[in-house]
Amino acid sequence: MADAAVETHAPNPSGFAHQYETLEQQHDAGRLGMWLFLATEILFFGGMFTSYIIYRELHLPAFETGSRLLEVRFGATNTAVLICSSLTMALSIRSAQVGKSKGTIIFWLILTMILGAAFIGIKLRFEWYHDWLEGIVPGLSWTYSGPYQSGVQMFMCFYFFMTGLHALHMVVGLGILTVLVVMAARGRFTPHYFTPLEISGLYWHFVDIVWIFLFPLLYLIGGRYTLGGH
Amino acid sequence: MSTATANLQEIPAESRVNYLNASYGIRSWLLTLDHKRIGLLYLGTITLMFVIGGVAAVLMRLNLMEPQGALMEPETYNKMFSTHGIVMVFFFLVPSIPATLGNFCIPLMIGARDVAFPKLNLMSWYIFVTGCLLMTYALISGGVDTGWTFYPPYSSIYAHTNVVAAALAIFIAGFSSILTGLNFVVTIHKMRAPGMTWFRLPLFIWAMYATSIIFILGTPVIAVTLLLLGLERILHVGIFDPSIGGDPLLFQHLFWFYSHPAVYIMILPGMGVISELIPAFSRKKIFGYSFVAFSSLAIAIISFIVWGHHMFVTGQSIYAGLVFSSLSFLVAIPSAVKVFNWTATLYKGSISYQAPMLYALGFIGLFTMGGLTGLFLASLATDVHLNGTYFIVAHFHYIMVGGAVMAYLGGIHYWWPKMTGRLYPDLWARFAALVIFVGFNLTFFPQFVLGYLGMPRRYAVYPQEFQALNVMSSAGASVLAVGYVIPLVYLIWSLKYGPEAGPNPWKATGLEWKTPSPPPTENFEEVPIVTYDAYEYPTVRAGVARG
Amino acid sequence: MHDAAHNPEESKLVDPTEHIVPVSTYVMVFIGLMIGTGLTTWVAYIDLGKWNTVVALIIAVCKMLLVVLFFMHVKYIRSLSRIVIIAAFFWLGIMVALSLSDELTRKWEMNPAGWGPRLGLNSQVVSSKPDTLA
Repeated sequence: MADAAVETHAPNPSGFAHQYETLEQQHDAGRLGMWLFLATEILFFGGMFTSYIIYRELHLPAFETGSRLLEVRFGATNTAVLICSSLTMALSIRSAQVGKSKGTIIFWLILTMILGAAFIGIKLRFEWYHDWLEGIVPGLSWTYSGPYQSGVQMFMCFYFFMTGLHALHMVVGLGILTVLVVMAARGRFTPHYFTPLEISGLYWHFVDIVWIFLFPLLYLIGGRYTLGGH
Repeated sequence: MSTATANLQEIPAESRVNYLNASYGIRSWLLTLDHKRIGLLYLGTITLMFVIGGVAAVLMRLNLMEPQGALMEPETYNKMFSTHGIVMVFFFLVPSIPATLGNFCIPLMIGARDVAFPKLNLMSWYIFVTGCLLMTYALISGGVDTGWTFYPPYSSIYAHTNVVAAALAIFIAGFSSILTGLNFVVTIHKMRAPGMTWFRLPLFIWAMYATSIIFILGTPVIAVTLLLLGLERILHVGIFDPSIGGDPLLFQHLFWFYSHPAVYIMILPGMGVISELIPAFSRKKIFGYSFVAFSSLAIAIISFIVWGHHMFVTGQSIYAGLVFSSLSFLVAIPSAVKVFNWTATLYKGSISYQAPMLYALGFIGLFTMGGLTGLFLASLATDVHLNGTYFIVAHFHYIMVGGAVMAYLGGIHYWWPKMTGRLYPDLWARFAALVIFVGFNLTFFPQFVLGYLGMPRRYAVYPQEFQALNVMSSAGASVLAVGYVIPLVYLIWSLKYGPEAGPNPWKATGLEWKTPSPPPTENFEEVPIVTYDAYEYPTVRAGVARG
Repeated sequence: MHDAAHNPEESKLVDPTEHIVPVSTYVMVFIGLMIGTGLTTWVAYIDLGKWNTVVALIIAVCKMLLVVLFFMHVKYIRSLSRIVIIAAFFWLGIMVALSLSDELTRKWEMNPAGWGPRLGLNSQVVSSKPDTLA
């Protein structure tokens, strides 16, 4: 248990809310709250994953055909980009935890944001825009004429819905990171108060985990070996 | 209980600072972080939504006075029952007890100053109001006619009504409930007063905790489902579209994965209220505390594995139907445990019949009836006959109105003195409770018979031979409507003219009764230390003054 | 600089329940995640039949565990958050399992041979009584 006497003498009590007895209680509550929110996100994405699993079972050849329309190099690159961003996020939190300067914290945060923006940039420019030109965007630009007409369209629906929802979460994450940069610049984070950083980190890592599953499920389980790769 | 003698040593409420008069002006209410004020904000909003849903019900029952439809075309009737269902389920029942009584009472009952995340609490109210406004817009700009269940392909392809707006409104309101549930779980885990161990918590808290689990795990699924439905409607292609291999039943699976636990969101808090009212008005410790506590959790958990019983006749595989049917029988058990425990609490209690108790007793009877009729529906064979008929309508109204709404009213009456510092006239309150009870049974009991005889639900017209029962039901509905208006009148009257309540007008146990009525903004002068169990009523019953 | 890792006085002000993970651990996890990504991409181009799916999912789960245990500190914190996450995945499992139980069994034989209605040519129902009755 935290030493209560130390807590009351701790500098920077800003951010300490009136309904709590100790900073530790507040920190605990914040963390539990974020984990509960992530649980809701698991079920939120989970609805789409459930649907995907069911349709994959029922329409496997069509889904494999559809999966081969995606380019693995972009998916893999994006996976790597997100993993890097998780590392930089973790380092940013750690910097605050051990009391590094606010410049250090901000450095890692900005790096995370750049990587996140790169992810979205690659998605938009090299994947979705290309898909639009190729005519494999259901509902908006659909001129696909290969095998399994309806099944491939179903697959592409899933592709865009799932990666779209994921990208939306990334954008929200970028917004949160911006707020964190501003807070860090104002010197709000110290070794005894970095809760917003930590819980935002949890959110960011969660978004990374969703992509860790989306990448193989959408890009890789497509029997690529039969076509010798793409 | 209308003549409470004010404690002469107490400072009169008007001159004592409490959460109501601590600050004035609309900004102090719209920007409040006080859970008690937020509870009242919700109370107002939810009452408005209840009126909207109630008006739709009145119009429906008026139409059903005649076999060929007395009032409206079938297309309009479709919009009426959809409005009634959507508004009552998503915008009244789901938030009702949690957002009003839960927000108000939980911190008081656990000895905390506020919830864990007050700003999130206020934000959840604003999100809820946004959902309500969007829903109202959807209704006045054409309405929805898909039923509150939104089944595709009608809702995704063929409906010409405001499906997207309504779905978005529910999506938004869903986030409000997620935040509320999240707030409650963290509050109950992290902010209990010293000495308030889990097994000293009032059972209302256990019920709210179980409800919050459902909020957190279930609501996101309806959110993503409605999102997918909306996308399909906008893009004219989507994952429920049969022409590309989509399965409309998938929507039903996802929809009911939330909506079945949702009905337990609607009843669990009510059961929590009853667990408070019965001991208080029997002046007796609850029988089997831990059984009641664990049954709340059991209901929350089992509620997630029974959803297929809504799909027995829509094309679900028989084998899945077998699984869901067996599991559905299981969920009745913890509910029955509660009913037995409440009844055992009443036995040899010192019972008094104030309005909250009348609501509680009504709950026990009506909920039991509703629950028992659920067994007919859980059983595959009988459900084939009863599904899609008025039997189902009667079943769920017995639980949701005879159960949840009665519990809600009972709770409002019980905690009204705490919330406002005033007492309402108990004679009028008892009268209203009886009117509601009579009106309710007159409305819905004939519907069991109608359903058994085969009258389908969601139909604007019906065969001639059903008219007598329909007229009876509509007559009951008008009595019920009057019954709902009466409390509105005397509760508002009591705000100005009701006698002062004092801290504990019911002489009940619980931390919320140990602080003044209305409480100060920070709830307690000093953090209470708890050294006793809940419901520690004195065992000597004879001659205890009910004051 | 106020660096709690180097200054013992400062470390008292740090929440003692909060474990400080060394940078080297983070870097190792990062390398593990990158290896996992490379591995899963490489395996996708090898024909393992239905095992492709299994391998890909196993690798994905391992990567997830690395992120959850180390980046998200679940290895170091108390059990309540673990219960929350396990519960969420378990509930997702319920949704998948019971939905699949319907979708996959729709076409199953409803009546074992001899117990259903008798079918004639083109599967028309000839009699609603099974063969065992006259």
